[in-house]
Amino acid sequence: MDFVVVQALTGLASASSLFLISAGLTLIFGVTRVVNFAHGSLYMLGAYAAYSFTGWTMPVLGGVVGFWAGIGLAVLAVGLLGALLEILLLRRIYRSPELFQLLATFGVVLVVADATLAIWGPEDRLGPRAPGLEGAVRIGRYGLPEWDIALIAIGPAVLIGLWLALRRTRWGVLVRAATADREMTGALGVDQAKLFTSVFCLGAMLAGLGGALQLPREPANLGMDLGIIAEVFVVTVVGGMGNVLGAFLAAVLIGQLHAFGILLFPNVTIVLVFLFMAAVLIVRPWGLLGRPERLVTHPALDLPEPIRPLGAAGRAAVIAAALGLAAAPAVLDAYALAVLTEVLIFALFASSLHLLTGVGGMISFGHAAYFGLGAYGAALAVKLLQAPMALAIPTGLVLALAGAALFGLFCIRLAGVYLAMLTLAFAQICFAVAFQWYDVTGGDNGLLGIWPPAWASGPASLYWLVLALTGAGIAAIRHVVHAPFGFGLRAARDSVLRAEASGVDVRFLRWLAFTFAGTAAGLAGALHAFFKGSVFPDTLGISVSVDGLVMMLLGGIESLSGPLVGAALYKTLQIFMISWTDYWRAVLGLIIIALVVLFPHGVVGSIRRLPNILGRTA
Amino acid sequence: MSLLRVENLSRRFGGVRAVDGVGFTVEAGRLTALIGPNGAGKTTCFNLLNGQLRPDAGRICLGERDVTRLGPRRKWALGIARTFQITATFSSMTVRENVQVGLMARHRRLSALLPAARQLYRAEADALLERVGMADQAERTAGLLAYGDLKRLELAIALANDPRLLLMDEPTAGMAPRERIDLMALTAEIVRERGLGVLFTEHDMDVVFRHADRVLVMNRGRLIADGTPVEVRADPTVRDVYLGAGETD
Repeated sequence: MDFVVVQALTGLASASSLFLISAGLTLIFGVTRVVNFAHGSLYMLGAYAAYSFTGWTMPVLGGVVGFWAGIGLAVLAVGLLGALLEILLLRRIYRSPELFQLLATFGVVLVVADATLAIWGPEDRLGPRAPGLEGAVRIGRYGLPEWDIALIAIGPAVLIGLWLALRRTRWGVLVRAATADREMTGALGVDQAKLFTSVFCLGAMLAGLGGALQLPREPANLGMDLGIIAEVFVVTVVGGMGNVLGAFLAAVLIGQLHAFGILLFPNVTIVLVFLFMAAVLIVRPWGLLGRPERLVTHPALDLPEPIRPLGAAGRAAVIAAALGLAAAPAVLDAYALAVLTEVLIFALFASSLHLLTGVGGMISFGHAAYFGLGAYGAALAVKLLQAPMALAIPTGLVLALAGAALFGLFCIRLAGVYLAMLTLAFAQICFAVAFQWYDVTGGDNGLLGIWPPAWASGPASLYWLVLALTGAGIAAIRHVVHAPFGFGLRAARDSVLRAEASGVDVRFLRWLAFTFAGTAAGLAGALHAFFKGSVFPDTLGISVSVDGLVMMLLGGIESLSGPLVGAALYKTLQIFMISWTDYWRAVLGLIIIALVVLFPHGVVGSIRRLPNILGRTA
Repeated sequence: MSLLRVENLSRRFGGVRAVDGVGFTVEAGRLTALIGPNGAGKTTCFNLLNGQLRPDAGRICLGERDVTRLGPRRKWALGIARTFQITATFSSMTVRENVQVGLMARHRRLSALLPAARQLYRAEADALLERVGMADQAERTAGLLAYGDLKRLELAIALANDPRLLLMDEPTAGMAPRERIDLMALTAEIVRERGLGVLFTEHDMDVVFRHADRVLVMNRGRLIADGTPVEVRADPTVRDVYLGAGETD
């Protein structure tokens, strides 16, 4: 019995931190309709800032006062940074498509991660314990840290404070009005710029507070940003986006799920959390306390250009490119050939994502799941069944197909940021399984020794194999885009309303697209396993999903050639940057932000628009 | 037998009775107008008829068949087509492709992965575009069309399904007076040619009294008049709640 009480209280303490961060995210989303991927970064900065500030204030002001002064300064600093972020970046992308907003804030994640590394270094930073709250309370045979009890009190206190601010102040009335109907508040003459900045600042302060208060529980470390963000997404989505009370309820539920899930399934608590979210979204697609979004929001993508079939010149260019690629081993050395092989694999991956997101209008932040399923399927066939490559690659394909077909059933029910988060959640489930199911997947150590057979093991022969298979995959994707299926998919992307009233079975077409894109990504993943000779859980991670999105965006989302150009540019750029600077992630982040703000049409789109732009200025 | 028979149709949102016990019929080969002041329940009525909303009570029969509880796709399959108040087309596709999507949906070919869609039902699509006077714009991107042309395209997409009943929500909203008359004249021609029934909402009384064969008037969720344009124009209740206000516009 004591044990149950202690577990429940520990769960409540975790719920408090989770709530603080989620409350900030949900407030910001409610008013600005932007999902701030960088919210986990603000949380991490809160912890690091508290580490530094308490280091200065505690010796000067003494234990208790110094500690809390340090926490307060950290919260203010993060709040200030949040306000700056809103003024410099967010303000420019409120009217951008949702995908661009998500990517831009992910760019901030990358920049903040490297800035933190530059300022505080790679080591974990152990902060002070809260003076006066260092001990533990005894509950039967168990001890509960006093700090946890403080956290349990702070969560509801902040909830009450927020509730009073939202109900009793003019600012709160404006925030609630903007959450309910943004256009209306604009029409009433509210100074939106100030309102948005203040909300973003408050949201950042809450994240900073969550991070600062975490310091006595765990050292500040560089994994905090992406470590917390997936779970914060779950809390806000389960609670209902924009609803603070919902975030609190969801945080408590998930805190308890963690605390007791660990007793039932010690290794798969993350899976439990994401399953819980999937279950809630199926029963209540808008979360526990959320309200349905109005039907017409701004589109996931903004695509004025029709996709047209290749003309004679285009066909000649494709043939020339194919011949050139086939002849590449004659001129390139082994290293360059390996780079090109990887480019081809990611070109297929980016193309498959483009089918889903560019053509289908479905935002996926978890496309790596199918890449990874393909890779693990192939690797496990080799490891467990001693299958030859000719059998292992189809096994990977089938696993990716099965995963995409299953997850697709749930994903097609949602749209916009909700879809982005559900796809992310499914990818995180796959990641957690690969990471934690040590006996089968080898966990962190991965699966090694996945080599192609002798006839395909030379750099040139492996390259040709990859060229043939990725070429076939990309050709298949292009083909279905021009088939009736592709027409229906684009029609549903342009106007769901019109499509349904014209007899288009939107959900079925979207499910088919999800499955098809997942299978193609699985082929890329299976090839990648044989190319690298190994598979690690990272292949299922957020960064692979985002890589795919950036490639697509870099090349340009409007045309089918965009993702191919983007994959080539991105991979070359990455290789160049890694050798050039330790902070290549920050450079990548800045590139993403620049792309979204300055060149939303990507390379291919900008080249196509060149005549217009020149014509206009002339 | 009437093409469409609606009995006691009701739907509330919270405490508001948006549509309250409405009953009427729509005949084939005729244009029936549904008018009323803003907030009278016209658009809700349309959303109930095409299946986007489910009614709380009442019956909708298409011919002999009860279609009350069917969703938009099932209703479409039975021959109910619709155009929207805020024009909805497939803006990133060409004009011809827009109509081809409608045709492929009708022939249940949309999940096909193999054929080249651009070649499918091309002649039929061009014939429909010709009928609505859009043949010369077949290769243009729908998103770049002028407003009046978008309305014509929407009509062509709706006709692609060879519908029995066409629901048009404010077909001429936002158009110049000349364009309004052209579009409604075109619609009337097509209705007579094909023997389909049209129910349309409209704010412009000129359009209503010039083109409608029959006029239904709604106010605050209820049907307050149902008759020929001449009868409705003479109805004192209608004059009181609606036309009186309309003339001061």
